[in-house]
Amino acid sequence: MKKQIFIYPILILTLIFTGCSKDDPPAPVNEEELITTMKVTLSPVGGGTDIILKTVDMDGDGGENPVVTVSGNLTAGTTYHGTIELLNETETPAEDIIEEVQGEAEEHQFFYTVGTGLNVTTNYDDEDGDGNPIGVEFILVANAVSSGDLTFTLRHEPNKSAAGVSNGDITNAGGETDITETFSITIE
Amino acid sequence: MRNYALAILLVCSYLALSQNCKYTLSGKVLDLHDSSVLSGATLVVAETKSMTQTSLDGDYTILNLCENTTYSIKILHSSCETKTFYVKISEDTQRDFKLEHHLEELNEIILEGKAYENNTNTIQENNVSKETLERYSTGALGDALNSLSGVSSLNKGNGIVKPIVNGLHSSRIIMVNNGVRMQDQEWGAEHTPNIDINSVGRLTLIKSASALQYGGDAMGGVIIVEALKVPVKDSLYGKTMTSLASNGRGGVLTSSLTKSNSNGWFGKVQGTLKRFGDFEAADYILSNTGLIEQNASLRLGLNKFSYGFEGYFSFFSNKIGILRASHLHGAADQVRAFESNTPLIINDFTYSIDAPRQNVKHQLARIKGFKTFENFGTLSLQYDYQQNNRLEYDIRRGDDRDKAAMDLKLDTHTLLVDYENDFERQLDLKSGLMARYQNNFANPNTGVRRLIPDYDKYELGIYLLGNYTLDDRWLIEAGARFDFTHLDVYKFYRSAFWEDRNYDVLYPHIVIEDLGTQILANPNLKFHNVSATAGLKYTFKDNYQLFLNYALASRAPNPSELFSEGLHHSGARIELGDLSFNSEVGHKVSVTFQRDHDTFSFSINPYVNIISDFKIIEPTKVLETIRGNFQVWEYRQTNAQLLGVDIDAAYKFTDKLNFTHQLSIVKGYDRSQDLPLISMPPISTKNEISFEHPKFHNLKLALQSEYVFAQNEYPDTNFEVYVPETETIEVLDISSTPSAYHLLNFNSSIDFEITKTSLLTVGLGITNILNTSYRNYLNLQRFYADDLGRNFLLNLKFNY
Repeated sequence: MKKQIFIYPILILTLIFTGCSKDDPPAPVNEEELITTMKVTLSPVGGGTDIILKTVDMDGDGGENPVVTVSGNLTAGTTYHGTIELLNETETPAEDIIEEVQGEAEEHQFFYTVGTGLNVTTNYDDEDGDGNPIGVEFILVANAVSSGDLTFTLRHEPNKSAAGVSNGDITNAGGETDITETFSITIE
Repeated sequence: MRNYALAILLVCSYLALSQNCKYTLSGKVLDLHDSSVLSGATLVVAETKSMTQTSLDGDYTILNLCENTTYSIKILHSSCETKTFYVKISEDTQRDFKLEHHLEELNEIILEGKAYENNTNTIQENNVSKETLERYSTGALGDALNSLSGVSSLNKGNGIVKPIVNGLHSSRIIMVNNGVRMQDQEWGAEHTPNIDINSVGRLTLIKSASALQYGGDAMGGVIIVEALKVPVKDSLYGKTMTSLASNGRGGVLTSSLTKSNSNGWFGKVQGTLKRFGDFEAADYILSNTGLIEQNASLRLGLNKFSYGFEGYFSFFSNKIGILRASHLHGAADQVRAFESNTPLIINDFTYSIDAPRQNVKHQLARIKGFKTFENFGTLSLQYDYQQNNRLEYDIRRGDDRDKAAMDLKLDTHTLLVDYENDFERQLDLKSGLMARYQNNFANPNTGVRRLIPDYDKYELGIYLLGNYTLDDRWLIEAGARFDFTHLDVYKFYRSAFWEDRNYDVLYPHIVIEDLGTQILANPNLKFHNVSATAGLKYTFKDNYQLFLNYALASRAPNPSELFSEGLHHSGARIELGDLSFNSEVGHKVSVTFQRDHDTFSFSINPYVNIISDFKIIEPTKVLETIRGNFQVWEYRQTNAQLLGVDIDAAYKFTDKLNFTHQLSIVKGYDRSQDLPLISMPPISTKNEISFEHPKFHNLKLALQSEYVFAQNEYPDTNFEVYVPETETIEVLDISSTPSAYHLLNFNSSIDFEITKTSLLTVGLGITNILNTSYRNYLNLQRFYADDLGRNFLLNLKFNY
């Protein structure tokens, strides 16, 4: 009885130390929630060249800084129809994240923050099941010749019923920032 | 004739008195473990055939003892082992006797009459009393340890409580649970020790690395959790306790049953259920801070004098909610949260626990056998296996909503061989060997990059520890230990980080695969660590003792310090480790001067701890990501110096009225940069006045004041954030410390005898009586919410 007690652990440990062959190298994690790309397409109502605002960060949080591009200048007095795309381009074909955002429309909202100097007006052009905006589709009017920053922010679980939030004021929105990028815009 | 006889008798008795049979022996009969008094014990003096009983206070007096005579005093008590003591009388003598109290007490191996062995001899050991453990039944192990001087805790909310010993925590503290060194991913600040406080029989703290038998890397100290001992006699006894708390609207139910046999066999089962809803600060509900805990343990063994074995299995499982308002993405979100005085999210009270939350399971199995060989010593062999499975749930989107964001499984196997001599009276020797294998598996199905990589760790250790008793005043102690650690790691690095750190030049040979934005590396790291201790103990005449101890500790860097590389959601920050780190080496000198006396006892314990290559994590820059700006925290090595003093004092005004005082001071500095260290506990003092009336149902009342000063020495880690919504640059103040606070706590208990062998203890407590709003520097939740408000506690304990 006693001898067995002493032998068992030795046996077990011997098995562990000798029995564990080297594991295969682990597989890379497929980052499912990763958003690598935000692409804002501004299409002039009545025709013309689309203006593309784009930010790409292929290695996620940390690593390289995102690459931010604006394809051209807006034209004063033009109304644009805006559409936002969110992609995970580490997958092929790229995963469309906007579908997920629209699937949980009540829990998401985009905000457009117009910086000093830039003369544009934005209005939501979509709504969730409760009649509140989501902001994937919007109307942007380039009022006059000017330049400045335009920031797009996606909030997760914002308080859409707080004062001003459904009109696009981010001040009382709360929630967490899922994505945010500032673009330098020029209207000519 | 009658008168004549009487006269002779009188003369005889006078003669007897003149032979100096007028001395008195008095004192108390106490419980060996917790020094509680034993009333109703019978003392039989064999030589005079006289008998006396102890009073309710445990006091006894034996009169008319003769000079230069040795008396044998047999002490009997209904719930204790009978024991005979020998006392030589040469004057009026005061002496306390200690008996092994077996109700609730278990017994393992008694060597030379010592029920529990000292782990070290030249450093003062601190024990948390059974009463304190039971009082913290609804809390965490760290809360109970917090009652000792020199101990504070690093919290995240109130469910996650990590002990800080003399300013150090996490991997710098060794936790030993029933002889098994806990391997529960202790490196993380928000990882609470996975031990059920209700399974703890005895809790010991050693504020030094001198207990080399457990490891050589305890820069801060060693915390030892043991089960109560089982007596070698036929008995069956149990304990059931329930505690209800108003704050969190929940409670604890814990029960244990022990069966022992005079042939040495024993067994014990124990289980705990704990459930709380949202806790409350003074003015609002702390949403999503509920917790659930389920624990069970089983012990089975045989205990003979010269051999024995024991099997132990424990299961620990918890689910802890993290304050909803503390979950944020990026620095701009933090600015919003910091600007608000109250949490940004306050919901109605609920018992449900949503994301963010943790779910941890820890299983531990241990088998140990020992055999004593005559004229050689005792050999013991232990094998233990532990599995720690940690799941962290974040607020996620889409299909990943209910999937854990972190899923780590840590398996550890350890084999220990220990030898202890017990044939040489003056010299105690302990030595042993340790072999350990550990595997960490980070489940890739989480869809989130691994924060801690997959690794295999192999460890070997050998130690020798001895103490020599020169005479009844002097004791010297010395020991040394050597550890070898080999880490075999598979780690995916972001290519940008790999190149930024120059790893592509330094470590090109460890790259296995290049995947474009990331590379797979296979670092193999080896560490050789030496640790040692030396000390002495001097016992003065009048209950004074002096301890002097030096400990050299060496610690290999942990996986978090080496391999962190990415976003740590719980801190909303990016953490970066360093592959090139070496072991940190600490030198700690501590002195304890104490007086153990009935009326006035005290202990003063100053210490200095100098640590080279001390790993600290601190903010270095702000990084842009598609989710906004994040602060980057990087680990670095520096030379640290910690200085402090712990003071304990107790004064007995009367039999019933006691006063106790505690003061803990620690100062930590980064000597390379001449800056204060981050997260050092502020000065704190606890003062308690207690009233005890053993004759009236063992009534106990205590009022405690706890004053915590503001930490005035801290590094400036503030940084600037651009907030696009307001087009302003805001300073994010993450370094300023909260102001001082004062808490008042009340505690009481009363016993009722139900039957001869069963006892009901009713306890009532109130913590934070004044419902003070306060924030604790060492609570990671302090940026977002106040600490706990008032709490009423009702505790019912039934011993049978």
